[in-house]
Amino acid sequence: MSVARTALDTVAAASQDPDREQPWADLGLKADEYARIREILGRRPTSSELAMYSVMWSEHCSYKSTKVHLKQFSEIPQETPVGKMLAGIGENAGVIDVGQGYAVTFKVESHNHPSFVEPYQGAATGVGGIVRDILAMGARPVAVMDPLRFGPLDAPDTHRVLPGIVAGVGGYGNCLGLPNIGGEAVFDSTYLGNPLVNALCVGVLKHEDLHLAKASGVGNQVILYGARTGGDGIGGVSVLASETFDADGPAKRPSVQVGDPFMEKLLIECTLEIFAAGLVAGIQDLGGAGLSCATSELASAGDGGMHVELDRVPLRDSTLAPEEILMSESQERMMAVVEPADVDAFMAICEKWDVEAVVIGEVTDSGRLHIDWHGERVVDVPPRSVAHDGPTYNRPYARPDWQDALQADGAEALARPVTGDELRATVLTLAASPNLCDKSWITDQYDRYVLGNTVLAQPSDSGMIRIEEETNLGVAVSTDCNGRFAKLDPYAGAQLALAESYRNVATGGAKPLAISDCLNFGSPEDPDVMWQFAEACRGLKDGCLELGIPVTGGNVSLYNQTGETAILPTPVVAVLGVIEDVTKRTPTGFQAEGEVVFLLGETREELSGSEWAHVVHGHLGGTPPTVDLAGEKALAELLAAGVGMLTSAHDVSEGGLAQTLVESTLRHDIGVVTTLSGDAFTALFSESAGRVVVTVDSGDADALRTLASDHGVVATPIGVTAGGALVVDGQFEIPLAELRAAWSATLPAALGS
Amino acid sequence: MKVGVVTFPGSLDDADARRAVRHAGHDAVALWHGDHDLKGVDAVLLPGGFSYGDYLRCGAIARFAPVMSEVVDAAKGGMPVLGICNGFQILCESHLLPGALIRNDHRKFGCLDQRLVIENNKTAWTNSYEAGQEVTIVLKNGEGSFVADEKTLDMLEAEGRVVARYVGNPNGSQRAIAGISNEAGNVVGLMPHPEHAIEDLCGPGSDGLGFFTSLS
Repeated sequence: MSVARTALDTVAAASQDPDREQPWADLGLKADEYARIREILGRRPTSSELAMYSVMWSEHCSYKSTKVHLKQFSEIPQETPVGKMLAGIGENAGVIDVGQGYAVTFKVESHNHPSFVEPYQGAATGVGGIVRDILAMGARPVAVMDPLRFGPLDAPDTHRVLPGIVAGVGGYGNCLGLPNIGGEAVFDSTYLGNPLVNALCVGVLKHEDLHLAKASGVGNQVILYGARTGGDGIGGVSVLASETFDADGPAKRPSVQVGDPFMEKLLIECTLEIFAAGLVAGIQDLGGAGLSCATSELASAGDGGMHVELDRVPLRDSTLAPEEILMSESQERMMAVVEPADVDAFMAICEKWDVEAVVIGEVTDSGRLHIDWHGERVVDVPPRSVAHDGPTYNRPYARPDWQDALQADGAEALARPVTGDELRATVLTLAASPNLCDKSWITDQYDRYVLGNTVLAQPSDSGMIRIEEETNLGVAVSTDCNGRFAKLDPYAGAQLALAESYRNVATGGAKPLAISDCLNFGSPEDPDVMWQFAEACRGLKDGCLELGIPVTGGNVSLYNQTGETAILPTPVVAVLGVIEDVTKRTPTGFQAEGEVVFLLGETREELSGSEWAHVVHGHLGGTPPTVDLAGEKALAELLAAGVGMLTSAHDVSEGGLAQTLVESTLRHDIGVVTTLSGDAFTALFSESAGRVVVTVDSGDADALRTLASDHGVVATPIGVTAGGALVVDGQFEIPLAELRAAWSATLPAALGS
Repeated sequence: MKVGVVTFPGSLDDADARRAVRHAGHDAVALWHGDHDLKGVDAVLLPGGFSYGDYLRCGAIARFAPVMSEVVDAAKGGMPVLGICNGFQILCESHLLPGALIRNDHRKFGCLDQRLVIENNKTAWTNSYEAGQEVTIVLKNGEGSFVADEKTLDMLEAEGRVVARYVGNPNGSQRAIAGISNEAGNVVGLMPHPEHAIEDLCGPGSDGLGFFTSLS
């Protein structure tokens, strides 16, 4: 994206030359949107104004296709099971009370398209962006997680995309000193031309440290600090994030930002010191849409006016035009609103951390956002019209005409393994399949120990962080989504993602409190996709209502498709929970021999959309497993009540009970001897939701039965931990060495050790 | 004892190192890279991280930080100095220790629970261990492969200055060297992170605590 270098276009020029041709279409605007800008301003926009509107009214920034659906999340009571939400949807990130005077903020965002174009930098700056969102709330970032989705493991382009993305996530997060405590790596052919890179960050703050993004107090100074502004990432949100890739179009690499994690680390420490000194009246990070976003959002949320002298912005490239400066998505920048008396102290802290800072403007009571370039006015707009009053579309949506046929084609008809040998081979095949195999090739590239508070990390069900060393207060987070289930039924699929994430948090002993979501879908201009989106939102809202947990915020990523083929609908749900004492957490995986193994929850014959159908038959059809959120809630309460008695717990999801047993035995090389009742195939490979495998000392077996019955949860004893093999009585036995070889060889074999 | 932990721009494990020092019963003192001041400490720790982004070469810029002239003088005067990971790289760049750390042979960042053998338990930082003791300590770096010329390696071996050696070789280090000391044994550089192995709750056990309890 290049902006033609012509004479400076000013507000005065716009009045004198009202009919000039403007490149609104190249900037991603539609004809009616351009007309609306002219109507708002009563004239044609200047080229700088056009640049601002184009990025702020992009799908990525304005949620114009989705806000009619997202608004239903506000109908969920804005409180968690333990307290009020301190900040919610619309802020940089939601903030929830976790007790003892602490609050936690967390959010998950997408950086999908940049990561396909330039995997390393795309993924790296995805981490950087979400970390700044958390920082802008006044919180110290304490952990990150990355749900990732790739094309088939054996596809050549996956070997370009995956190593770059993983190195980028690690390169940035490791250098920031943030532990990466979880996430996902999922492979499916629909992600081949459109991988998903979602990034989550968790931050911790004291209640009184909460900061909101608004520019209040006439005369307060607007300070831009951090990295210099360059020509990178121009139009990232509009040209890149809000359009479908087109094989014939121009290269989009200049729209990808380039990250500098060292600068971000300085920015974090500098900003936290500024917060501690009480020097900030309002703050906003610069991410998508850069200065256009920060200036208009701060002004719109505050007293309504701001004056900016754009030529004061420190530049990496002195030839940048004002339009480019306004659109640049150069990373590692923040904007603060500071009382005049505090500016010197603010600057002193920036100098200590070698962070460049410049006063570029001030808060006014004009009700307008005025931006000047060397004394000439290039922007004069009502800030709300840019930041908050963007277009809203009621995109048409309808249940796809293929949905019934898809749901009718269930997995019941597929050929099943019958003999013990066939079941054994199936366990090994699934354990070695890309979605179920050992992910340490990926996760070992992430620092999970830095900050010294990581209680649980991958491959545990959730990541858990200690946030208070004296009292051992902690939080747990998990992200989940099964896109195949969402394809079969987006309403149920979104609820299953919610249920799994909720269950994973509960499995470690934490109490689930709230969710953030990253809704990755195809083109909103396709009514089929829009229906998937609408159904997923409805499912999430109903699910959260039933579970009694709010949506704190999130992110929507659309246009994830290759040609006409959309990705699997992928509503990634992140659940955050609190645990009073992290020393009592329940670990994942068998810890000792001689313990009794119970399956909590009921197994039905539910194989449609399962990993077995996918891996063995390449099949996707039927309806997903039954959702029982009341059952999930009871299970979570049981798991919380069982803390201290449960010696281990691991959820049952993709791959069914078989995979849960594989992962539980391999965690510490402790075998298991199980006896399964009913059909062994269904018992092993069904993916019924609401199930967890737990262990207790043999003396506690009756107490567990009582606890389960008190909570109305079915508890079935399925065996004991023992020996060095995974044994299913009467069917097969797999030595753990053989199991480990199958499970751990897949990624190194495909990607190189 | 008062143990100073230097924070450079880009230091990441400085708070963790101070926590480990406190766990071992010492006082942790935060030192700032820009001050010519060791604040009267009895020992100095250079923590892990990416000082100055490590963009030029790991530790190459940090060695010129103002505080390093005091650290180098104190080290030469016998004060215990421990460099962990990036701190090890800085000690090599400062010529307090021989050799260098280069990119891992597998060319990736690696975060592992690593087995080590403590070979020299006579240094200021390892006297809590038995000679030959096997420990598990977190290893996490992208540039952790120790290299030196053959003559230097032979000298380090002959003088017993290989403080810790990997069980296996996770990153292509010559002779699987994980840590070395200077001739006097007061300066130790270690690639793995003992500060991340001081409690069962948040690490792979407490095997690393001995590095901090060794100070007396």
